[in-house]
Amino acid sequence: MNRPVQDRPPHGGLHARLVVERPAFRLDVELEVAAGEVVALLGPNGAGKTTVLRALAGLTGLTGGSITLDGRPLHTLPTEHRRIGMVFQDYLLFPHLSALDNVAFGPRSDGASKAEARRTAGELLERVGLAEYAAVRPGRLSGGQAQRVALARALAVRPRLLLLDEPLAALDAHTRLEIRAQLRRHLADFDGATVLVTHDPLEAMVLADRLIVVEHGSVVQQGTSAEVARRPRTDYVARLVGLNLHRGHGDGAHVKVGELLLSASDHVEGPAFVAFAPAAVALYRSRPDGSPRNLWRARIDGIERHGDNVRVHLDGPITASADVTPAAVADLDLSPGQEIWAAVKATETHAYPA
Amino acid sequence: MSRDLSRWTAALALTLAAVSGCGSGGNAATSTPAPAAGGNARELTVFAAASLTGAFTELGEAFEAAHPGVSVKFNFGSSATLAQQIIQGAPADVFAAASPATMKTVTDASLAAAPTVFARNRLRIAVPADNPAGVDELEDLADPEVKVALCAAQVPCGAAAVKALEAAGLKVTPVTLEQDVKATLTKVELGEVDAALVYATDVLASGGEVKGIDFPEADKAINDYPVAALAKAPAGPQAQRFVDLILSQQGKDVLTEAGFQTP
Amino acid sequence: MTTATPPVSAPGRTSGRERGGVPGRLPWPLVIPALIGLAFLVLPLAGLLVRAPWSTLPQRLAEPQVLQALRLSLVTATVATAVCLLLGVPLAWLLARTAFPGRRLIRALVTVPLVLPPVVGGVALLLVLGRRGLIGSWLEAAFGLSLPFTTAGVVVAEAFVAMPFLVISVEGALRAADARFEEAAATLGASRWTVFRRVTLPMIAPGVAAGAVLCWARALGEFGATITFAGNFPGTTQTMPLAVYLALETEPEAAVVLSLVLLSVSVVILAGLRERWVSRI
Repeated sequence: MNRPVQDRPPHGGLHARLVVERPAFRLDVELEVAAGEVVALLGPNGAGKTTVLRALAGLTGLTGGSITLDGRPLHTLPTEHRRIGMVFQDYLLFPHLSALDNVAFGPRSDGASKAEARRTAGELLERVGLAEYAAVRPGRLSGGQAQRVALARALAVRPRLLLLDEPLAALDAHTRLEIRAQLRRHLADFDGATVLVTHDPLEAMVLADRLIVVEHGSVVQQGTSAEVARRPRTDYVARLVGLNLHRGHGDGAHVKVGELLLSASDHVEGPAFVAFAPAAVALYRSRPDGSPRNLWRARIDGIERHGDNVRVHLDGPITASADVTPAAVADLDLSPGQEIWAAVKATETHAYPA
Repeated sequence: MSRDLSRWTAALALTLAAVSGCGSGGNAATSTPAPAAGGNARELTVFAAASLTGAFTELGEAFEAAHPGVSVKFNFGSSATLAQQIIQGAPADVFAAASPATMKTVTDASLAAAPTVFARNRLRIAVPADNPAGVDELEDLADPEVKVALCAAQVPCGAAAVKALEAAGLKVTPVTLEQDVKATLTKVELGEVDAALVYATDVLASGGEVKGIDFPEADKAINDYPVAALAKAPAGPQAQRFVDLILSQQGKDVLTEAGFQTP
Repeated sequence: MTTATPPVSAPGRTSGRERGGVPGRLPWPLVIPALIGLAFLVLPLAGLLVRAPWSTLPQRLAEPQVLQALRLSLVTATVATAVCLLLGVPLAWLLARTAFPGRRLIRALVTVPLVLPPVVGGVALLLVLGRRGLIGSWLEAAFGLSLPFTTAGVVVAEAFVAMPFLVISVEGALRAADARFEEAAATLGASRWTVFRRVTLPMIAPGVAAGAVLCWARALGEFGATITFAGNFPGTTQTMPLAVYLALETEPEAAVVLSLVLLSVSVVILAGLRERWVSRI
């Protein structure tokens, strides 16, 4: 999945700067996607993710910027000449055509004969494991099957750019796992650039080589899954990857967040982020002694179940979440409004420049 | 449209008459007579052929002036349609038809007696004011180059046209057989046809847009207009008074002015 | 669940036609007006049936003029519907799928023939396409073509009056259809024309069919514009409604017969077509 970056052909892949201006909304995003690379656009609702896809597809006009695919300008072409494969969130399979004819639609539009287009479509349906559904109308396909037909249909135009809009969102939890694994395989086989839009971080991390986080129409963070997961740069990303995130000022071994001075495992100077996992936070009824750690007095704001554990929301010099076991809740007799001590080891506190 | 409307009002009037009839029936000693029985009805309904519109409207006003408090209502339309309405029970007082044949359907139904012919209408050739085909006699209508409109044989002006052409021994192939004389005249006014056979009254009514040409065979196809007070006239004797007005010298003057011949 | 038939419809994807469930009691505020409405529409037909001179029916039907008028009616209504489809579907598409200044006004203008009394429509057609009309005079001078008093003129009059029915119903279907399917087709490389032909048109087919039926029925019953614009001559321009109207002048019984013929032929054709569509879609 993670292809070496040096495999990238010169000028290959997608280079785009997309500016779309609308009343009360402005999208300004730069995208670089190598051939064979899968990039996930991650962001909250209304961030402009789908607009990015629509702009790449030519379905939404650009106010400014440009799009280059494999060295050729794309933004001057109408949608039908862009040769892109797009999988829509609800698939948009043509209801009046069979699965086979849905997949054959692209090759037919490209001028292939009916027989030729159907042969191509048949092969693709076989690749996605739906050969025996060729004659079935979309209305009679299950969600997972429809998703795979939609993917086959998009691949049938032999695109150099594949766009996937929330490809798994319409599926139930069980089907999603299975289809995600299959989709991952198909994306690995695809040698063009892929841009995937999702609001599910897990989906993004499993399917993509690189994440681009979009908020309010701009890119706020990008990098590999690991980088983004370890070093979130916005509250939204921190929430997605499940980390406590604070912005402060570093002076070497310490980062000052508000009144609180936190020691970190990293050395950082100037504006900095501090991140730590909720599971790294330990709670005490009375002030603990011992190994060097970051310690502060906090007030319990709320307690809720979180998977097998219990998440405790803390107020105080900094707001933070702590994940503790149900047993610990019982032992410590935790309740909202209570004052307690919170501690995080310096080795589990990550600091990085803001 | 207006025909439908008048049919509705006729039906409504019928209902009202029935209701008031019932009311007075149970109370025969009262001094106010029911409209059907009285001689001083407030309303007089005249069903008349469409070609009489101008002349009758004028005579209606004269009648109202002579009989204060009486209002005359007209239902102008195709004679055949009016006759059908009368046979179906429309509350009309006077019927003036454009042909004796249509009047006969009403007298046959014993709804009127002794109709009197009060006017005659004569056919003329109508041509557009600029007369593009250069028509000046009936024979010109037989020229295949000349586009001719006639009334359909089912309506009086069509029947008259057939008679006139037969009398002249001419075979004319029209491009259209119109549903009534006004529609025929419209085709001439718009210049869609080069000539048509219409009534003298219609040529007169069209103003300067259409030129009328007389032809001798028209004498063989004179249209008689009979009028009769109806047997079940809700307005009673008033109906005959209106018929008398039409037959009077005043009536003749108005009809002559409109292009009719009077007996 | 059987293994022999792999396609299993997903939950929530059953079409409306297959809606099952326990039939509940019908609500009378709907049923009573519905029945009155039905009676209102059907009773006049019953009136015709009661008054029909059944004994002389066969000989009246055998009159050549009747068959001639009937054939002319069917041919002209069908050709007029074809003309409406050819011109009306693109017009509906333009109104539904493109934005241009004055579109609201154009949409209002499309309904003009609905509001205009047909006779006035016929006069309007004469003023444009007549011998001295704006276009008609040019047609006659340039090509020797004259529409009034010809069968083509009947088609023109019928198409003029019937087209709004088609345009309105197709435009409604287009607006109801999800335009994103057209976007999906564009991403697959289809030109706008291909999109229209292979995606839009099949998806709005029921709307087009409904519009065509309305259009055809309206054309079949057309009277005012036809007699005004095309005139009335047996064999060339005398359609059934014209024959009915004129028969009414002298022989009301014949008019009833002619009306019944027109009605039964159209009912048979429409019911037959409907049967076909329902089984096909």
